Amino acid sequence: MTEPSTQSTGARRELIAFRIADQEFCVDIMQVREIRGWTVATPLPRTPSYMKGVINLRGAVLPIVDLGARLGLTTSEPSARHVIMVVTVGSRTLGLLVEAVSDIIDVSDDMVQPTPDVACDTVKMFVKGLFAIDGRMVSLISLDRVLPEMEAEAA
Amino acid sequence: MDPFESIKQTFFQECDELLTDAEQGLLAMETGEADDETINAVFRAVHSVKGGAGAFGLEHLIRFAHVFETVMDELRSHKMELTDEVAKTLLRAFDVLADHVAAARDGGSVDEARSAGMLSELKALIGDDLAAEDDLGADEDFGFVPMAVSIDSDETGAPAFDLDLPPLMLEPEAPPAGVWVIEFAPKSEMYAKANESGLVLRELARLGATQVMVDDAALPPLDQLAAESSYLNWTIRLTTEVSEADIREVFEFVEDDCAITITQEGGAGSPPDQPLSDDELAAASADAPFDIAALLARVQTDAPTAEAAPEPVTEPIPEDLDVAALIARAQAEPVAPAAPAPAAAAKAAPPVAANAGGPATAPQATIRVDLDRVDRLINAVGELVIQQAMLSQRVLESGLARSSNVVLGLEDLELLTREIQDSVMAIRAQPVKSVFQRMPRLVREVADMTGKRVKLLMEGEGTEVDKTVIERLTDPITHMLRNAIDHGLETPEGRTEAGKPAEGVVKLRALHRGGRIVIEIQDDGRGINRPRVRGIAVDKGLITEDSVLSDEEVDNLIFLPGFSTAETVSDISGRGVGMDVVRRSIQGLGGRISISSEPGKGSKFTMSLPLTLAVLDGMVVTAAEQTLVTPLSAIVESLTPRAEDVHLVGGKDAVIRIRDTFVPLIDVGVALGFRDTPMEAGQGVAVLVESEGGGKAALLVDAIQGQRQVVIKSLEANYQQIEGIAAATILGDGRVALILDVDALVTTQHRRKPAPKTEKRMAG
Repeated sequence: MTEPSTQSTGARRELIAFRIADQEFCVDIMQVREIRGWTVATPLPRTPSYMKGVINLRGAVLPIVDLGARLGLTTSEPSARHVIMVVTVGSRTLGLLVEAVSDIIDVSDDMVQPTPDVACDTVKMFVKGLFAIDGRMVSLISLDRVLPEMEAEAA
Repeated sequence: MDPFESIKQTFFQECDELLTDAEQGLLAMETGEADDETINAVFRAVHSVKGGAGAFGLEHLIRFAHVFETVMDELRSHKMELTDEVAKTLLRAFDVLADHVAAARDGGSVDEARSAGMLSELKALIGDDLAAEDDLGADEDFGFVPMAVSIDSDETGAPAFDLDLPPLMLEPEAPPAGVWVIEFAPKSEMYAKANESGLVLRELARLGATQVMVDDAALPPLDQLAAESSYLNWTIRLTTEVSEADIREVFEFVEDDCAITITQEGGAGSPPDQPLSDDELAAASADAPFDIAALLARVQTDAPTAEAAPEPVTEPIPEDLDVAALIARAQAEPVAPAAPAPAAAAKAAPPVAANAGGPATAPQATIRVDLDRVDRLINAVGELVIQQAMLSQRVLESGLARSSNVVLGLEDLELLTREIQDSVMAIRAQPVKSVFQRMPRLVREVADMTGKRVKLLMEGEGTEVDKTVIERLTDPITHMLRNAIDHGLETPEGRTEAGKPAEGVVKLRALHRGGRIVIEIQDDGRGINRPRVRGIAVDKGLITEDSVLSDEEVDNLIFLPGFSTAETVSDISGRGVGMDVVRRSIQGLGGRISISSEPGKGSKFTMSLPLTLAVLDGMVVTAAEQTLVTPLSAIVESLTPRAEDVHLVGGKDAVIRIRDTFVPLIDVGVALGFRDTPMEAGQGVAVLVESEGGGKAALLVDAIQGQRQVVIKSLEANYQQIEGIAAATILGDGRVALILDVDALVTTQHRRKPAPKTEKRMAG
C-alpha cells in the first residue's frame, strides 16, 4: 500500500478500484471486508434482474448484486474469473459481483472531482465523484442504494 | 453500580423467588393440599419480604406484608382455620402484595383503594386484635434497619462487619414443636465399624434445626493421641416435630457402640443451660473471621447459645472421621438458624430440608450468563454443524474408503458436533414454568371481573422449550386463557342450571410430542355455539350464507380476523382481535393452533410449537432446478399426480383431485418465477400442504429429496423479505436453499396472478 504523501491537503483515504465493462470504479476500502472468487448463487424469486441471488458466507446468507447490471452497464454471465467483493453497507453485508479488482489507490479528498452533470439517473444515483489516476478515470461510487429496497427507502 | 442499589436489586430478585414460593403455597392451600409446612413456608416467604422491605424502608410494602404475615401467623398457629374463603382472600391479597413489590421496584404506585380494601379484608379475617398493632411504629418486632451486627463485635474484636443481614432473624420463630437434647458419645468401636459420627449428625439435621455442641474435654495432647480412638462427644439440641422413636432410628446402626441419651427439653425454645464461656469466646475471636459465621449464626438465633464457638482449627484432630463431623457441624450451624432468611434462598429445597444444611440439599449451582453470549455460541455451533456436514459430504465425494481413518474420524466428529449442538440448545431451554406461573393471577383477575368461579389446573410446568419460544408464549396463552374464561365458561348460575359444579375448570397443560411442544388450554364450559358462530360469520361477510362447512370448519371461523362472539365487547377479551392475533403469533413461531369443541362440555385449544426457532424440520424438494425446503409442519402428504386428476379451472389455474376434493395445484417453479411454463400434467410430485388458515393446496415440484433438519437463516439480515420465502438455510453442500412460506404461496396463488414476471436467472 502506498505511503500517505504529505504533499496534498485534505483527508487521505484508500480506495479499492475494480473493473466492470472496461470502466473503473472504486469504493472506500473501509467498506470492503473481503474479496472472494465467484461461487454459484442461489437465485431469489421476485427480485430485480441485478440480484444474482444469495451465497453462503461462513454461515451467513449473503445477497449478491451484479454491480454491472445495477449500474446499467452490462449483465455479467459470471465465470470463475469474476470476483465478489464483500462489502458492508449500513448494518448489512452484501456481495458485489465485479469483473476484477484492479488497484488500491491512495487519494486525498481534494482530488475528487464532482460528477459532471449528465442526464443518466443511474449515474446520478451512484457516482459520487471522479478521480484522475495516471491518466485513467476512476468513478467513486456510493453503495447506499445498491439493494433494491434501500433504493426505495432513499427515494 | 451503587452498592446499595445492587443489594436492593438482589433483594427484589429474591422477592420474585419468595413470591413465587408463596404463591405456590397459597395455591396449595386453596386446593386443600397444604400441610403445616406449606403454611410455614408462605409465612416465611412473606416474612422475608417484609424483612427486606424494612431494610430498604419500603413502608407501604412493609405495612401490607405485615398484615399479611399476621394472618399467616394466625393460620400456622391454628388460631384461625384455613377455609376456602380465607385461602381465596389470601390469594387476592397476594396479588396486591406482588403489586406492592413491583411498585417498590419500579417506582410505580399501587392502587391505594384496592390495597386499603384488601388490608381491611385481611384484618377482618383476624378480628380486631390487630388494630393495636397496626401502628407500625409501635411494632416492637421491627428492627428493620440494615444494622451492623454489633452485638458481639466488641467482645470478639472482630472487624465491624456491616452486613445487610436481614435482621428479621432477630425475631423469634414460632414456638417449636419439641426440643430434644441428645447426648451422643461414640466409642472407638463405632469408628472401627466404619460408622461416622458426621453422618449421624447430618441425619439429625434432617429432622429439624440442630444446634450441635462438641465436648472435646477428653481430647489428649497430640503425643498421647491414639489415632483410632474416640475422644469427642456431642450434645445436640434438636428442634423437631418428630417423636423420640424417630430420633432413635437415626442411631439405629450405631446404638451398640455409643452412649446415647435423649431427653426432651421442658420449655420449648428456652435458652440452653450452658452460657458461653470466656474461653470459648476467646477461641472464637482468635479465629475471626473464620468463626464470624458461627457467631453470627448464634446471634441470629433468639437466645445466646453456647454451642456456636467451635474449637480452634489448630487443635489436633483425632481422627479423619471426625473431620467430617466437624465440617458437618460447621455447615449445619450457620445454615440452620438462617433458614427463614432470604439469604438462604433455598428455593430449590423444601423448607424443612433447608434446615438440614450440608451439601446434600444445597441448591444446584447456577450461573447467570448474558443471553447474547449464549446466542453467539448457538450461532457458532450452527455453523459448526454446517461445516461438519459439508466436510463429510466432500470426503464422501472424494471417494475415500469408508473404513479409512479420515472417514472414521469424521464420524466421531459428527457425533461430537451433535452432542455439542444438543448441549448448547439445552442451555437455552427453559421450563415453561416461567410463563405458567403468571397465569394463576391472571385467571383470578379475569374470574373476578367476569364474576365467574374458576379453578386453574396446570400440568407439565417442567416442560422445556427454547427461551426464544418461551418469551413469545405468554401472549397467546394469556389471550386464550382469557377467552376460555370470558367466552368459554358459563356464569356460576348458568353452570348450576346445566348441572355442572358452579366452579369452572380451566386446564393448562404443556407436553412434548413429536419433537414439538404442545400447549393445551381446555375449559369445561359451554363449548362453541356453532349456529351462532356461523350466523356471525355470515353477518360479517366472512362466509356466504350457503357455504357448506363441517363442524371443524365452523369452529375454525373464530380464528378469522375481526370475529368476536362475545355479546358485549369486554375489556378482557379484547375487541374481536383475540383469536386472530393468537393464531398469527403462533404462526410466527412456526406453530399451529387447532380447536376441538363439544357443545355443553367445553372446548380445547391445542397449540403445537417447535422447540426452538433456530432449526426446522423440512422436506427438501427441487423445483425448476432449485433446491427448496418445505416446512414439514405444513405438509399433509405427498403424491404423484395423475394427468387425469389435474384440471384447469378457467384460464390457467389448475386444480388437482385428491380423493374427491379439488385443491389448487400450485407449480412452485412458476409461482416463484423460476420458470415460465408450468410442468406438464402428470409430471413431478405434488405435496399436499395445509396453510394455517386451514386451506389446502398441492405444491407441484420436480422431485422430493428427503427430510432434513435445517438451521434457519434469516434473509432479512442482509437483504429483505421475499414473498413466498420464509427464510433460508444452508445445506450440506454449502449452498443456500430457500425455505418456502407455504401460507404466502397458497394465498398469493388465491388472490393474485402468478408471480410478476422476472427475468429468468439460472445459476451458472
